[in-house]
Amino acid sequence: MVAAAGGIALTIVLAAVAGLALLSRRRAVRAVSRVYVEVFRGTSEVVQLFWIFFVLPALVGYQIIPLGAGILVLGLNHGAYGAEIVRGAVQAVPRAQYEGSLALSLSPYDRMTRVILPQALVEMLPPFNNLFIQLLKSTALLSLVVVDEVVRQGQLLVPNLGVGETLTIYLVELVIFLLLGLGITAVMRLLERRAAARLGRTPVTRARVGEPA
Amino acid sequence: MPSEPPSEPMIVFDRVEKRFGDNVVLSDLSFAVAPGEHVTLIGPSGSGKTTILRLLMCLEPVTEGTIRVGGRYLTHMERRGRLVRADEKHSREVRKGIGMVFQQFNLFPNMTVRGNLTEAPTRVLGLSKHEADARAEELLEMIGLADRIDEHPSRLSGGQQQRVAIARALAMRPAVLLLDEVTSALDPELVAGVLNLLRRIGETTDITILCVTHEMGFARGFSDRVMMFDRGRVLEEAPPEKLFTHPENPRTQEFLEAVLERP
Repeated sequence: MVAAAGGIALTIVLAAVAGLALLSRRRAVRAVSRVYVEVFRGTSEVVQLFWIFFVLPALVGYQIIPLGAGILVLGLNHGAYGAEIVRGAVQAVPRAQYEGSLALSLSPYDRMTRVILPQALVEMLPPFNNLFIQLLKSTALLSLVVVDEVVRQGQLLVPNLGVGETLTIYLVELVIFLLLGLGITAVMRLLERRAAARLGRTPVTRARVGEPA
Repeated sequence: MPSEPPSEPMIVFDRVEKRFGDNVVLSDLSFAVAPGEHVTLIGPSGSGKTTILRLLMCLEPVTEGTIRVGGRYLTHMERRGRLVRADEKHSREVRKGIGMVFQQFNLFPNMTVRGNLTEAPTRVLGLSKHEADARAEELLEMIGLADRIDEHPSRLSGGQQQRVAIARALAMRPAVLLLDEVTSALDPELVAGVLNLLRRIGETTDITILCVTHEMGFARGFSDRVMMFDRGRVLEEAPPEKLFTHPENPRTQEFLEAVLERP
């Protein structure tokens, strides 16, 4: 739970920073962000976890607590995916909006924060919902470095139990993940509805598949 | 409106060339527009009229030549006695005096009508919220939409949105207003309301207006001067009563026949 919450918080920060950096006018900034995204998206989470938990301490001589390492890996990894979501959503805002704000002489900062990002936010929320649920499920990996999350607590109980009880434990794990996932979805839906309302849209007016245009 | 001697033009294009790769959109274009003058640009699509407005708004850089607005360089700036390309800050400063209305309105959907009208005056001109509100209310009164101030643009008709977009440009008190086919995206019954508003602005203010339109009837009554473009050049320019009745260039005649023939 704590790992998921911390991971989500770090993901949001990293996705926003790296996503905007991918859109930077400066080539060097784009390049740094691109390297980050490709490295953390392109390598296994488990391997990243082992690096941060086992290899890094050997190199710098400082051991991060398991929970800290877990949050770091979850955040770095999902932040890389999130950066692409942010980039895509910003680029999906019509160019006309950029031109409209330019015609009013708004500064580059105001153009982004007042006009483009509020509109991009609505498009970001559904893919971020996906991402957060995946992050939640990835917390199971942290049992590998002995963080006391759901799966690990189950594992600790299993050796002393019979077959039926073991089954129950695994079932409880499933249900816990499902409930937490549904919780995330409920929150994201609420945010999505709010953001859409700020754009003067209601979910009803949005296109649905099979509807005549 | 800055007080300038009448001899100083508001807009000057000096040997402007605009290319997209090998495609020459404007070539060796020079013209001037006097303060308060209403100039309409006509011509077939792809003739470069809209590009002129986009250059003035710095939505595109010029390839060659210079543009001056209100006596100051827009495309360039002076640095150590030499003329160099303007940076973002310089052109933004000069551009503050220019407003633009687009074919597709380009209102901000994430703000109410009030937000659309007050955003730039508070952030760019530094008006207080109260002053900007008063300005917005006055403008909405003028366009007849005072009661819609707290609605989102998506709740308004196309004609109403375009009137709001015009008010948004006027809220910046521009010296120059650029109109880019502002009625082309509207249903026919909504066009008249927008054109009437523009006529009223033309009569009651001394804003210099540069207008690209296909509404020839409107252009005739509204403009002091009409410029006919073809392939990036000015074919002919004259006061509307002359250009529309006795065009000299055969291409102008052809073009006018084609557009005026429309049912």
